[in-house]
Amino acid sequence: MTHSQILFFALSVWIGGVAWSPVVCADAPLIAAAASVRPALEEISARYTQTTGESVRLVFGSSGTLVKQIANGAPYLLFLSANSNYVQWLADRGLIGGPPVAYADGVLALFTRAGLLGERDNPMTGLGRAVENGTVKRLVIANPEYAPYGSAARAALKHAGLWLRVRPVLLVGANAGQAVQYALQGGVDAALVPLPLARSARLEETGYLQALPGKTYPGVELRQQMVLLPGADPPTRRFFTYLQSQDSREIFLRHGLRRPGSH
Amino acid sequence: MDWNAFHLSLKLAVWTLVLLLPVGVVTGRWLARTQTRARPWLQALFALPLVLPPTVVGYYLLVLTGAQSPIGKLITSWFGVSLVFSFPGLVLASVLVNLPFAILPVQRAFEAVSQELHDAAACCGMNPWQAFTRIEMPLAWPGILSAAVLTLGHTLGEFGVVLMVGGNIPGETRTLSIAIFDRVQAFDPGAAGRMAGLLLLISLVTVALGYGVLEGRSRRTRRSS
Repeated sequence: MTHSQILFFALSVWIGGVAWSPVVCADAPLIAAAASVRPALEEISARYTQTTGESVRLVFGSSGTLVKQIANGAPYLLFLSANSNYVQWLADRGLIGGPPVAYADGVLALFTRAGLLGERDNPMTGLGRAVENGTVKRLVIANPEYAPYGSAARAALKHAGLWLRVRPVLLVGANAGQAVQYALQGGVDAALVPLPLARSARLEETGYLQALPGKTYPGVELRQQMVLLPGADPPTRRFFTYLQSQDSREIFLRHGLRRPGSH
Repeated sequence: MDWNAFHLSLKLAVWTLVLLLPVGVVTGRWLARTQTRARPWLQALFALPLVLPPTVVGYYLLVLTGAQSPIGKLITSWFGVSLVFSFPGLVLASVLVNLPFAILPVQRAFEAVSQELHDAAACCGMNPWQAFTRIEMPLAWPGILSAAVLTLGHTLGEFGVVLMVGGNIPGETRTLSIAIFDRVQAFDPGAAGRMAGLLLLISLVTVALGYGVLEGRSRRTRRSS
């Protein structure tokens, strides 16, 4: 092949790639959701498409980041938060398009690598002892500043009297998804992350995974609320209704979330 | 494999190139010939995106053109589009971030055209436009091609500014590099790996072709001289 033939080939690839348009549902409703509900929401949206033939586009991030994006003009039509505070934050600024609905209660889980805790240990007490012994070299949480599960993790560590001691070994993910991904990479002794994500990443296969009761992180609620945003069109409203159906609730529960108000 | 993201990345790269290359040629040529004392400052300004983290550029764009900002409000009321979290905004961000890649190689190429050649062209009765198109442009062509290849390649790999200004919207602002990040966060290393491989391949081929064309050209030049 001569140079000019190669050049012609490369140019055709570029022009072809730009001109060819893949099947994009560019008008499908854009849904912003907390990273912690990704596994459940992906399953629900797949089933929704299967049942109704309609599709939605999903964007995941920390709830704090997503509300900032909404305030800056991001074109989301429905928002699923990992708590109710961020929904309230939007409501205070007139940025919601309907009444909020609680869809689940979040569950924080403690992951510890194999061999860190004894079998009969109470999770947080065991973690405390491991921290005192200096065997915890890396502890992962999501960013407490803008990820609800991060602030639940911080509350749990404060309540156990461990916050100041663990600060030098903290590894902070930008959102709950990144925190779980750090834990999954290995080299991490413990992680305080959402139960649904930890399960979906199969963290339990590399260590222990225990759900923590709400009383371990007092003062932080993980009442997960969703709300329509201004401009929500009929397709978005149909998906919003579907999210409140029995089918969807079952999927949320199966992924490790709890019925709203159940604890 | 997220083909939407692949298509979007190529589209962004081509739009950036089409809008930026004329700017690069005009600004690079002007910088090469100007005597102004502000030259070091202007060069520094155009080179800033090289040294600043993309998040800084993204942050300023978000603050300046976000829905809450005066500029953002003005643009939305005039054109009915938002510059953040949309493809046009992504193109604007990409053009700004790529300024040094489009300007600096072109400037160097025009600087290499000696004053004697300019004088000779004038002596032969060429007007400045003729001298530019017949003498300067053919000589500066390798620099312009380098600028084009660098701009294309760099746009394909852009991440920080795209994530900040564009978010991660499927079909609108989720480029290939963002899609890779998204799949990693979805614990889907298989898809992330395939897309990373594809991005590596396109970038390598694009840059290698640029160099290949330059090399072929210089070989021909050597042969003819």
